[in-house]
Amino acid sequence: MATTATAGRHSLDQALTTKPPQSLWVDAWGRLKKNRAAMFGLALVIGFFFLAIFGPMLAPHDPLKINDGKSFLPPVWSPEIFNSTNKVGDPQFFLGTDSIGRDVFSRLIYGARVSLVVAVVPTIFITALGISLGLLAGYSGGMLDNLLMRFTDIVYSFPDLLFFVVVMFALRDSFLGDWANGLILLFGALAIVNWVGIARVVRGSTLSIKEKEFIEAARSIGTRDQAIMQRHILPNILSPIIIIVAFSVPRLIITEAVLGYLGLGLRPGTSSQEFFVTSWGSLLLEGQTAINAQPWMLLGPAIAVALVVMGFTFLGDGLRDALDPRMKGTG
Amino acid sequence: MGRYLIKRLLALVLVLLGVSLLVFGFVRLIPGDPAVVMLGERATPDSIERVRTQLGLNKPIYEQYLIFISNALRGDLGTSVLRGEPVTREILRRFPATIELALGAIIFAIVLGIPLGIISAIKRNSWFDVSSMIVALTGVSMPIFWLGLMLIFLFAVILHWLPSGARLDANTQYEPITNLVLLDSLLQFNLALFMEGLRHLILPALALGTIPMAIIARMTRSSMLEVLNQDYVRTARAKGLKERSVILRHALRNALLPVITIVGLQVGLLLSGAILTETVFSWPGIGRWLVDAIYARDYPIVQGVTLSIAVIFVVINLIVDILYTFVDPRVRFDT
Repeated sequence: MATTATAGRHSLDQALTTKPPQSLWVDAWGRLKKNRAAMFGLALVIGFFFLAIFGPMLAPHDPLKINDGKSFLPPVWSPEIFNSTNKVGDPQFFLGTDSIGRDVFSRLIYGARVSLVVAVVPTIFITALGISLGLLAGYSGGMLDNLLMRFTDIVYSFPDLLFFVVVMFALRDSFLGDWANGLILLFGALAIVNWVGIARVVRGSTLSIKEKEFIEAARSIGTRDQAIMQRHILPNILSPIIIIVAFSVPRLIITEAVLGYLGLGLRPGTSSQEFFVTSWGSLLLEGQTAINAQPWMLLGPAIAVALVVMGFTFLGDGLRDALDPRMKGTG
Repeated sequence: MGRYLIKRLLALVLVLLGVSLLVFGFVRLIPGDPAVVMLGERATPDSIERVRTQLGLNKPIYEQYLIFISNALRGDLGTSVLRGEPVTREILRRFPATIELALGAIIFAIVLGIPLGIISAIKRNSWFDVSSMIVALTGVSMPIFWLGLMLIFLFAVILHWLPSGARLDANTQYEPITNLVLLDSLLQFNLALFMEGLRHLILPALALGTIPMAIIARMTRSSMLEVLNQDYVRTARAKGLKERSVILRHALRNALLPVITIVGLQVGLLLSGAILTETVFSWPGIGRWLVDAIYARDYPIVQGVTLSIAVIFVVINLIVDILYTFVDPRVRFDT
């Protein structure tokens, strides 16, 4: 008996010394790596970033160049059923051409940039705002907390899409709508609605840990509130923040595509030197108008939107499993 | 309970006030003279003056808002500038189409989502479970208009199985009673009309119902998994009940409560989803009307429809919340 107990303790000691302690992040990355769907999502997201950033180098043609006499060319590989016009595809236009002979493939690549910018810029802004206000409201409570919750109620009681439609409709022709192809207006509208979700999650998580002993300990040795929030609370609520940010990114991309599809999105630039030439939403709209005779115009942007949204969703789902193992298998 | 209700109703009034200010304010923020924008540059001064008076634009802004609110409270949302139709009457005429679409979508979501969730939970980690949950995850994240376009592409353009839009074929005539095509056709014993309406409804209902279907399937699955581990399920099995009745009578009944809540919460979202679905499928409901009015810059319609959708949305959410407190007494009233 005695020997086995000693041996057991010995092997336990050994295990503790040979396996270095792992931080939450290393641990989570290990779990994420094993999740095939999440890795697939990550690959799609990386591919998308690559495409958007290096778009101008990858695109075979000028996305705005009108090729006379080459309108509505089908892709060379397209099956019979796609082709009702008896036009013969041109191998230099991989995805065919649109109503005025512009290269659909190049337009698709340029469209990725809008989605990328919409995915990244408002996200940084709303995350910063959501974290600071959520932390303050959760930690200090009182007036600010009440205000935040009432504002949240109002935002949640109004359909998002309706809000975007009304804002874009009303302000499109104002100076705000003209600024940077309407990008600033779009960012503003997206931010107003979306920071609330993050603030609410941060507030909730803050509330749940602010009474914990380590916070009390920090307070009892005289740490200032600001330092407590930054150094003690924030690092401990990063997991839920990462998860909600990962899920809000595809929502932003979809919203931009929807507004583009409704004709309320960004104004396309007039030269390919400009940053925004077209967006996937506008390409889908152009595709739908030609759905019967020129279906290839719809398929490219449709597949692109699907892949990117799927990539972010699988990655977000994987992050949730990895950062919060208790959630595994319940989703 | 009473205090909770009063609190919620007061909050409702505040939210509605905020919503009306928002709608009213934004329409007023449109740069330029709305009358000129609406009628175009070549309009005569007379017609511009007529539209300005009709819209009440020559009064101070707070007075315009008060008139707008007091008219709206009496059910008068103004008249369309371009066609002269009363907005309220047109909303009532078009709303049944939206209801029909939303009902079709929610029925599809429930009929497919709940069985999918149950089977996935019973056969946990099987290929069926894994693949249906991947479909559900993808379904939640796919935009409605994207799905709608793909459905039209596949079933209308390539396969020619179903029509690509509208409620009925272009040359079909029928006498509306309730303006719900399927109900009217049954009331008139017109089976051909019923089938035609159904064929037109299938694709839009699929497009609108897929997201709720996916949410319901995931919710049913996780709720069933939780319930299947409970002692009373083990007891039911131990006393030798057939697996079928353990699942359907003992587990499912208890698992459905959270699912019902989710279904309720979807109703509000269906309404805003209907705006897109109707646009994609040329479905003549209020959502499509709103989008058309935006292109035509018919401000009274934009204002009236936006306000109506927001009011319906807010009221439905309130009803769901209140029902929930009845169904689940654990919900605390004081929050």
